[in-house]
Amino acid sequence: METYTLVVLLLAATIRVATPLLLAALGGLFSERAGVIALGLEGMMLGAAFAAAAVSAASGSAWLGLGAGIGTAVLLALVIAVAGVTFRGNQVVAAMAVNIMVAGLGPSLALAWFDLGGQTPQLNDAAQRFRELVWPGAEAARHTPLPGLLYAELLSGHSVIVYLAFALVPAAAWVLYRSRFGLRLRAVGENPSAVDTAGLSVTGLRYQAVVLSGVLCGVAGAYLSTAASSGFVRDMTAGKGYLALAALVFGNWRPWRTLGACLLFAFTDALATRLQGVPLPLVGVIPVQFVLALPYVLTVLLLAGFVGRAVAPAAIGQPYEKER
Amino acid sequence: MNSAPASSPALELRGIDKRFGTVHANRRISLTIARGSIHGLIGENGAGKSTLMNIVYGFYPADAGEILVGGRRVDVGSPQDAIAAGIDMVHQHFMLVENFTVLENIVLGAEGGWQLAAGLARARARLEALARDYGLEVPLDAVVSTLPVGLQQRVEILKALHRGAEILILDEPTAVLTPQEADQLFRLLGRLRDQGKTVILVTHKLREIMAVTDRVTVMRQGSIVAEVATRDTSPRDLAEKMVGRAVLLRVEKGPARPGEVVLAARGLEVRDRRQVARLKNVSFQLRAGEIVGIAGVAGNGQSELLAALAGTLAPSRGEIELAGHELVRERLDARARRALGLAHVPEDRLHDGMIGGFAAEDNAILGYHDRAAYNRGALQDRRAITADCERKMTGYDVRPPRPRLPLASFSGGNQQKLVLAREIEAAPRVLLVGQPTRGVDIGAIEFIHRRLVALRDAGCAVLVVSVELDEILGLADRILVMAGGEVIGEVPRAEATEERLGLMMAGVRGEGAA
Amino acid sequence: MTEPGRLPKWVDYGLLPALNLLAALLLAGGIIRLMGESPVAALKLLADGAGGSPESIGYTLYYATNFIFTGLAVAVAYHAGLFNIGAEGQAYIGGLGTGLVCLAVGHWPFWIVLPLAILAGAAGGAAWAFVPAWLQARRGSHIVITTIMFNFIASALMTYLLVNVLIRPGQQSPETREFAAASFMPVLPFFGAPLNLAFVVALGVAALVWIFIWRTRWGYAWRVAGANPSAAVYAGIHPDRVTLGAMLLSGALAGLLGLNELMGAQHRILLDFPGGAGFVGIAVALMGRNHPVGIVASAILFGALVQGGSQLSFDMPRVNRDMVVVIQGLVILFCGALEHMFRAPLVAWYRRRLEQSNPQSAIRNPQS
Repeated sequence: METYTLVVLLLAATIRVATPLLLAALGGLFSERAGVIALGLEGMMLGAAFAAAAVSAASGSAWLGLGAGIGTAVLLALVIAVAGVTFRGNQVVAAMAVNIMVAGLGPSLALAWFDLGGQTPQLNDAAQRFRELVWPGAEAARHTPLPGLLYAELLSGHSVIVYLAFALVPAAAWVLYRSRFGLRLRAVGENPSAVDTAGLSVTGLRYQAVVLSGVLCGVAGAYLSTAASSGFVRDMTAGKGYLALAALVFGNWRPWRTLGACLLFAFTDALATRLQGVPLPLVGVIPVQFVLALPYVLTVLLLAGFVGRAVAPAAIGQPYEKER
Repeated sequence: MNSAPASSPALELRGIDKRFGTVHANRRISLTIARGSIHGLIGENGAGKSTLMNIVYGFYPADAGEILVGGRRVDVGSPQDAIAAGIDMVHQHFMLVENFTVLENIVLGAEGGWQLAAGLARARARLEALARDYGLEVPLDAVVSTLPVGLQQRVEILKALHRGAEILILDEPTAVLTPQEADQLFRLLGRLRDQGKTVILVTHKLREIMAVTDRVTVMRQGSIVAEVATRDTSPRDLAEKMVGRAVLLRVEKGPARPGEVVLAARGLEVRDRRQVARLKNVSFQLRAGEIVGIAGVAGNGQSELLAALAGTLAPSRGEIELAGHELVRERLDARARRALGLAHVPEDRLHDGMIGGFAAEDNAILGYHDRAAYNRGALQDRRAITADCERKMTGYDVRPPRPRLPLASFSGGNQQKLVLAREIEAAPRVLLVGQPTRGVDIGAIEFIHRRLVALRDAGCAVLVVSVELDEILGLADRILVMAGGEVIGEVPRAEATEERLGLMMAGVRGEGAA
Repeated sequence: MTEPGRLPKWVDYGLLPALNLLAALLLAGGIIRLMGESPVAALKLLADGAGGSPESIGYTLYYATNFIFTGLAVAVAYHAGLFNIGAEGQAYIGGLGTGLVCLAVGHWPFWIVLPLAILAGAAGGAAWAFVPAWLQARRGSHIVITTIMFNFIASALMTYLLVNVLIRPGQQSPETREFAAASFMPVLPFFGAPLNLAFVVALGVAALVWIFIWRTRWGYAWRVAGANPSAAVYAGIHPDRVTLGAMLLSGALAGLLGLNELMGAQHRILLDFPGGAGFVGIAVALMGRNHPVGIVASAILFGALVQGGSQLSFDMPRVNRDMVVVIQGLVILFCGALEHMFRAPLVAWYRRRLEQSNPQSAIRNPQS
């Protein structure tokens, strides 16, 4: 029974850890399907985390914070789009520029505005954070292991953003494969000339896709600073944007497989956190640094092992120029 | 210029002008195209035909001039506007999304609602009717990349009809077709005309103009130089108008004196990433002092053959012998093969054979950059490299003769000449040439052909791959025909006719197959 | 990485980077205003802090030394068509090599220790670059993502080593004992510490990189592979081998950072000693147009920003050193991703001028 409880708690942690990854990865999916490299997820998420925490701290409303997070991430997305789509610059360089800029901007503004050494104030007030929603009867059910504990830990007890993230998977799949917007998006990532000669705007579609990725990264960032923790700290994304990108590549640019990849990353992370300081048979206690490095190592291994065979959108990373 | 017919013309252009940087691509073009006709637009590469049609299609904005459709002035700022005005275009490179189905490709941009399923269902019904009316059967649910090019072209035409095209522009539509497939296309264009559609056929092939058009407009260097009814003209007349002087339609050359075998290919096979065989069991020999031509419709394995011989693509089976070496078994790369005397002018020179951002002199050593003549110890001998490039530029009349200028600043023809100079001046034993005259003006074509013949007479074995039958017939001493990745047969030049080669290109095996 | 048009050298290497820097500084000024401080006053403090005295100039050049190494690292990879974002981790592991040499044999004569330290630093950096390079060349994983991951992994590895293995016994802070004094880099006269011999080494390395990239057949081959991989294959150059070679050299260059930072200044291995120099290297390389002369110049500029910035944060407590990171990001944005924004109008302007002075110009546009 002890093990069972541990496993359920581990799965619940997986869901929480997966949420920002999933949101960012789905955002990146739209961007990459339209042919724009989604290396900027990291910066957009980090910028949103700062803005959400700052506005929530100042206004006392987590929802206003969420709005600010989305607004900031969209703004950063527009920077990437202006550089990479309108001015046909190198998309990788544009994204890295945003990532580096935001890494400095968050702590800078935090110091100037809150004078707390590059952090935002602790969000202690209930309205400043997204709290876990407790479903009816969850507390009572907790005492019956099956299905009560599953209900209480896995279904109930998450913030509204978690439910949103998971609901977005079928929504993204529907949009991508069953809507006019999705058809055009996939076409522009494969053969922008075909889209252009069909009388559609390549630039317009790519902007829409990049902005959409900004919106989702905005939600992901807000989740990090106003739901998963209580405030913004320096470098709080810690590479999650890159992990999300790896997840979507590993998920072969498809929503459901991307969900699977995100869950895998999140499970590894949750497991690693559980294993901190726990002596294991044969190896003993694993140093905390190795545990922390695990997601990054996993990313390298996954990309090296499997992605060679994945098929990226044909026009990814290529600025569109009319033939002459 | 003739006056427009009594009823308002389908399309009228007035004073269209367009510059790209310093290139004046269209000079005050005025043109009238009658409703229900097939109108030919002919001219050399770079004459400005494609630019003009892309302006009509709203793909580029014109600098000046106006466009009238059915007598009414329309403002085509984008393809969307052109499509709305009933103008549609089948581009030379198909504008299809390879991993979409035929149906998805056709509805792109005209989906009929934000929900895909409903729109697709409506489009399917409409398309089935259209296909019946015009005899344009295509499998609507097939993925485009699995279709042969002839069918892909039908998809493009069907796409235009689905979007309600009244005026259909086809840009070099036969480049990827066998002569027989081209005839099928022409019958289809005839049916479209009979139903009242207007067709504009852009081409540089005289045969097509004579076979199918009602009227023809000739362009040269961005201007219209003639417009006549097709029945009032002749191929020779049109060719002279295109070039602006009497042209030599055949290459001056003496008989070949083939020597010993210098290169032998045995059972070559190349597979693509999806393990589909692109080159199947190809064997042939090249002798010193002969030009062998490879004829075939684009995409039938010629590119793979060239790449396998040159060492840029590894064959999955077979062997190539050159100068006592087995190139495949010994895994000799392109550089090692050059050292054995195998030079290569690639088909897509601008993409594969040069680097636009590099100086001309750095392009003139590409592939030969580790030769002793260009290096002194660990360092490059920059003075020798510059002098070498100057020599090549003089010998091949590359203008301007400035080795330090980035190659991208030279015109296409001059870039090609520099690549040709690099490969020929290496004094090769075997020269592989892909599409020798693609993107080259007529003056340069004669120059290039003379050089190739001179090289042959000097004892080099030359292999020419070209999709232009005229060029193969003009240059080659012996002709191999490829279809479906195989060498389908061999024909001595004396016995080769366009009809016979055309049949073989379509996959019909000729007698005396290799 | 195609050139959209041609500009004279003084525009390409002078005016264009200056315009880009100006745009970045203007935006940064806007941000400082957002913080409630005066941008003009901040700029004055910054300039004074970076170049107001021989000592501050010494600090500027000391920081610049790190950036020359990482800037060269990014540029070498860039010429081969690779975007190396892993200079940070490569510098970290390279420094470990340098540091271990100093810890082990630091008491040997300096002129024996120095070559060993250079070799060890280069080897460490190259080793850390090798894995991402190999994975890209053989397995097709994207080098940008893998090098980023290797930065995180290097950080975890070094923390582990410093906390658990290399820590000076009986001490709390995770750092090694001090190197033997014999292995300290000689301080350069006039400017004083921490400016040291490593600056001269960096200048020498920059010259060697220039010779290698522009004057040898191998550098030529790398540039071909970087500019046009299919032309490289056509020329018998193997893009895979270029990827491996260029990343090894790139990592080795980044790995030399420890010469300055550890042997020259800190005299011990400590946590996070590269301090973001690997990322500054991206900005430095892009602004220096990947040319060693430009890299040295922009490295000194960024050295001045860092030095002036730390001075600034004393006098304007609300502006901290993270502002330098912001400026770095903006410079990458303007010099790298938005280069066409200023470049295209300049090219058009220059072409018009050329046509006016020489209407019969034979130079034409490429047209297909």
